[in-house]
Amino acid sequence: MQAKPVSLKVLDAFSLLLLAVAAYLALVFAPTEAVMGQVQRVFYFHIGTAWTALLGFLAAGIAGGVYLATRDQRWDIVEVAAVEISLVFFLITIVLGSIWARPVWNTWWTWDPRLTTAAVTELIYVAYFMLRQGIEDPDRRARFGAVYTIVGAISAPITFFAIRLFRTIHPVVIGSGDPGAEGTFSMVADMKVAFFFALFTFTVIFIDLLWNRILMGRLAARVEQLKLSLTH
Amino acid sequence: MRFQDAIPDTSPYMIAGYTVFFVISAIYLVSLAVRRRNLERDLKTLESIEAESRRATVRTPVPAASRARAKAARSTAPRRKLVRKKVTRSK
Repeated sequence: MQAKPVSLKVLDAFSLLLLAVAAYLALVFAPTEAVMGQVQRVFYFHIGTAWTALLGFLAAGIAGGVYLATRDQRWDIVEVAAVEISLVFFLITIVLGSIWARPVWNTWWTWDPRLTTAAVTELIYVAYFMLRQGIEDPDRRARFGAVYTIVGAISAPITFFAIRLFRTIHPVVIGSGDPGAEGTFSMVADMKVAFFFALFTFTVIFIDLLWNRILMGRLAARVEQLKLSLTH
Repeated sequence: MRFQDAIPDTSPYMIAGYTVFFVISAIYLVSLAVRRRNLERDLKTLESIEAESRRATVRTPVPAASRARAKAARSTAPRRKLVRKKVTRSK
């Protein structure tokens, strides 16, 4: 049985503490936006979770590439861990965006380029897990996963840059976006504090979850190995 | 939302947003903990099965009756004579 390392336990506690501070900054410290009201506070965690998801999808693509180069099963475990965490965080991003859109755009969902590419990315990675489930041989499964995540990683930057490349109603808060965007606002100093702290917090949370999930992946690999050795 | 005097009350949406965040995160954390616990239990079971099967192959006890039968068979069996063959070399 693998015991959790002390450093990981410390990181778990630190992540929880950061999350509490980030929630305080987003909900209390940051000023209320004049046009959208309280719902604008969703933005801090919306961006934070989207950032985590982007990191994870790119990390999975890199892990997939390293696996193909080295054929080391440990990189397959990293890849699966990164995709799983990103999938959860990207789901939160989409739901938070939808909740924000209801009072601001007067609709829960619209087939805007950003929203469409986001939905496609989420579905690509849902399919990744469904297809992996169907392959029994660990080497074949890892090879398939590696190629899939490398191709899938292309969809993440497309989603990220969609609001800068296409005509869209999705606001661009950092940098300049489409003039037709609805819900754009400029951040004051206190908003920037909450925003950058949320980004930092979600980066730490991502590292913490990734570490936890990698340990679980190693455990799962050991169980699978034992099952195979006992049945053959 | 343009040309308004007061800040609109959109707090129910904010509450809904943060509730969704904490609920989905909690579900994921619980799923991680449950899966880890199940894997640890599986690993324990599989390791005990593996250890048992290894012990069984290393020290397989031979019944006394079959030991006696083998001894009797050895004593009654005719002894083979060693025959030295003459090797002739061809010139």
